[in-house]
Amino acid sequence: MPSETVAKRATAQTEAAGHATKGWGVFFLGWLVPGLGYFIHKKWIRGGLVLGCISGMFAIGLALQGTVYPFNTGDILQMLGWLGDFCAGGLYFGTRFLGGGAGNPYQVMGDYGTVFLIAAGLLNLLAASDARDVALGRKP
Amino acid sequence: MTISHFTAVLLFAALASVVFAITLRETLRDQVRYGLESFAWFVGGTIVGGWILYFINPH
Repeated sequence: MPSETVAKRATAQTEAAGHATKGWGVFFLGWLVPGLGYFIHKKWIRGGLVLGCISGMFAIGLALQGTVYPFNTGDILQMLGWLGDFCAGGLYFGTRFLGGGAGNPYQVMGDYGTVFLIAAGLLNLLAASDARDVALGRKP
Repeated sequence: MTISHFTAVLLFAALASVVFAITLRETLRDQVRYGLESFAWFVGGTIVGGWILYFINPH
C-alpha cells in the first residue's frame, strides 16, 4: 500500500475522531445548559425557545412543589425519577445545590410538578441530542 | 402555586410541543405544522381520555 494512501486514511480517521468528539462535546454542553448546543451554532431562535421551554417547564414543576429526586438505589420508580431529573443537567444541579425540589406529598399538584420536572429533563436530553446532530452536519 | 388540571395540560402541551417541533422537524414550515399537530394531540388525547374514564366510572 502506498504511503500516501496510508497517510490519507490516517488523516481521515483523525478527522472523524475529532468530529465525533466535537459532537459529544456539543451534546454535553447542550445537556448542561438547555439550548447551549444550539447557541454554539448560532441558532439563536432555536436555542432561545429550547432554553425558555425547558427552563419554564422545570420552573413550573418547582412552583407546583414537585420532587427533585436525589441519586438513590431504592425503589425503581425513584431511580427512574432521578434519571429523568438528572437529564435536566444544570437545572438539576442548581436545584439540588440550592436545596430546592423537596416536594410536598400533601399537595395534589406536587405529583404534577414532579412530572413536569422529569419531562423537562427528558426534553433537554432530546434537545441536546438534536444539537449533536446539528454539530455533526446531519441536520441544518 | 396551584393551577387547574386543564391548565397544567395546556402548559405541558405547549412547552413540549415547541421542543418536539424544533427537534423532530427541519424546516420552519414543518416545525410550525408539527408543533400545532402535537399540541392538538396532547390536548385532544387528554380530553378524549378523560371522557373514556368518565364513561368507565361516572361516579
